[in-house]
Amino acid sequence: MTEAVNQILNGLQLGLVYALIALGYTMVYGIIRLINFAHGDVFMVGAFVAFFSTSSWHLPFVVAVPLSMVICAVLGVVIERLAYRPLRYAARIAALISAIGVSLLLEYGSSLKWVFGPNYRVVPRPFNVTQWSFRGVQVSNIQVIVLLTVIVLLAALQYMVTRTRMGKAMRAVSFDHDAARLMGINVDAIISYTFALGSALAAAGGVLYSVAYPQINPFMGIMPGLKAFTAAVLGGIGSIPGAMLGALIMGEVDVLSAAYLSSRLRDVFSFSILILVLLTKPSGLLGKSGPEKV
Amino acid sequence: MRIPRIVAVVAIALLIPALALSGCSSGDKKTLRVGLITPLTGDVKTFGESTKNGVLLAMEQAGVTLDKGGKIGNVPVKLFIQDDRNDATEGVNVATKLISETKVQAIIGSVTSKVTIAVSNVTNPAKVVQITSTATNPKVTVEDGKRKPYTFRACFIDPFQGTVGAKFALDTLKARTAAMLYDQSNDYTVGLAQYFKEAFEKGGGKVVFEASYGTNDTDFSAVLTKIAGFKPDILYLPDYYQKVSLIGSQARAKGIKSVFMGGDGWDSSELDFKAMDGGYFTNHYSPDDPRAEVKSFVAAYKAKYGAVPDALATLAYDATNMLITAVKQTQSNDPEKIREYLANGTFSAVSGTIKNDANGNPIKSAAILQIKDGKQQFVASVNP
Repeated sequence: MTEAVNQILNGLQLGLVYALIALGYTMVYGIIRLINFAHGDVFMVGAFVAFFSTSSWHLPFVVAVPLSMVICAVLGVVIERLAYRPLRYAARIAALISAIGVSLLLEYGSSLKWVFGPNYRVVPRPFNVTQWSFRGVQVSNIQVIVLLTVIVLLAALQYMVTRTRMGKAMRAVSFDHDAARLMGINVDAIISYTFALGSALAAAGGVLYSVAYPQINPFMGIMPGLKAFTAAVLGGIGSIPGAMLGALIMGEVDVLSAAYLSSRLRDVFSFSILILVLLTKPSGLLGKSGPEKV
Repeated sequence: MRIPRIVAVVAIALLIPALALSGCSSGDKKTLRVGLITPLTGDVKTFGESTKNGVLLAMEQAGVTLDKGGKIGNVPVKLFIQDDRNDATEGVNVATKLISETKVQAIIGSVTSKVTIAVSNVTNPAKVVQITSTATNPKVTVEDGKRKPYTFRACFIDPFQGTVGAKFALDTLKARTAAMLYDQSNDYTVGLAQYFKEAFEKGGGKVVFEASYGTNDTDFSAVLTKIAGFKPDILYLPDYYQKVSLIGSQARAKGIKSVFMGGDGWDSSELDFKAMDGGYFTNHYSPDDPRAEVKSFVAAYKAKYGAVPDALATLAYDATNMLITAVKQTQSNDPEKIREYLANGTFSAVSGTIKNDANGNPIKSAAILQIKDGKQQFVASVNP
């Protein structure tokens, strides 16, 4: 019984990291109807920036995290400006292919020797790991830090989206670009802002991931990116609470299928969910269904 | 400026045969072309670098350099290096390129079993001699009960390594229970786990938990939580350094106190020495071995590269010297003659005397090393 609780906690830890990535997918989709395949690679860049700022520049961890979030926010804006904005009014498939191109560019670009290099790196833990045990239920300080960071970031995001003028503008743009523009909203600026927010969250996810699973490489973003994408679809792409719910479910499915079925089958189960959702309820758990605007 | 047409025609006429012959120019009939396939980038790049260092040192001592080539006895030798990124498909690609374009007669490599097995299925049909320094899986030389006659190696094989590890766990560490984690898609780790388990259970121990994972897995929380419940004496992790480092640090974070054990895949300066502290692994050699061959090799390697050679560098040096000896003795670049010599000869090497059995597997001793205080320490030498 306690083992089951421990496994659920493992799944929660993974799900929370997926949530940070899934939010970026879902926000970007919500606002420009684009599946940003480069998002998982922004997550990777976030992990690397934090790694270099702690190990090479000797910055404290609490500085490294915001720094990596800022750098990735800028990266997100630059990607949108260069790769997606010129294609905004082209066929949707063009932007999607551009996104795949950006993804490959980030993966292989950062594999170059003078960027991050192609090697696997061990990430030193910024703090010593301690474990607390309550009647057999094990909780580590890593899990607590992941949980607290994610809660703080989500609360901040929720505040930004629902209580600020920028958030209001974001929601307006996601509703209808043209109407928003007529109301005097600078749509381009809002889209950039959305990319910045999403990328900053992905960076935070990357840092937490590399603390929990302390090894990084230029291709580390692919699998978590796909899982988070699945989570966003499961929750209803475009919906922020949906992305979180989907991510928590994905984390649990991932860990519990590894624990009680087979670790070889974890990806099979995770991605079967994607197919099942697309077949039975394409709008996802919390997504809005309704006729597609043409 | 206009180039006179006649000059252009002559230039092109001269260029065409030059291009056509650049693959094998006419004076090259007697040249032995040697290809080295090794992972210089990717997840095991320190293996690849050490291997390259070992090969180049042996070649240099025989009078052959990478950029200029050289001669072994009367046989001119040229050396070509290719990176396989520790990817089997890439290994086959570069091997095919070396054989069909560069026209090599011998290949040294690759480093890991999964790539070497794939490459051996290219070299054997092409009748190109292949010597791997460190691919320890039995399938490298024998697959489906058939000996691949052109493939040789300088290392012992996994059954021996797994058995030695299990014996050490039982007899010296007095372990009774063990858990194992291995990569389902990697012949090397599957093989080691299987032979460790056989020997460990035969000796009275019990493997209480085993699980496999995928090559790209990073989250091991689920299986490690289960292992923590069993409290095994040993956690056997027969994978390469980067993966065992990742598993090791997560295992300690889950409160697992078991002694870590593994195989020669741990031998890297990029192992997470802090996470793996106290762990033991089986290896091909130790630089602390007092034999004279070891001492002079370690000194030469230190002088050239400024570092103590690991087992990868040592076996690469040994594998290259097997080829050099065979060429010296046969005075030929004919792969058939070299193959015959390799199959029957005895080679005195840094990692111990190498004499191949009928399956092309050397019979030699193993070393047990411990990770302690940020370094590898020699514990014992075990004979077959």
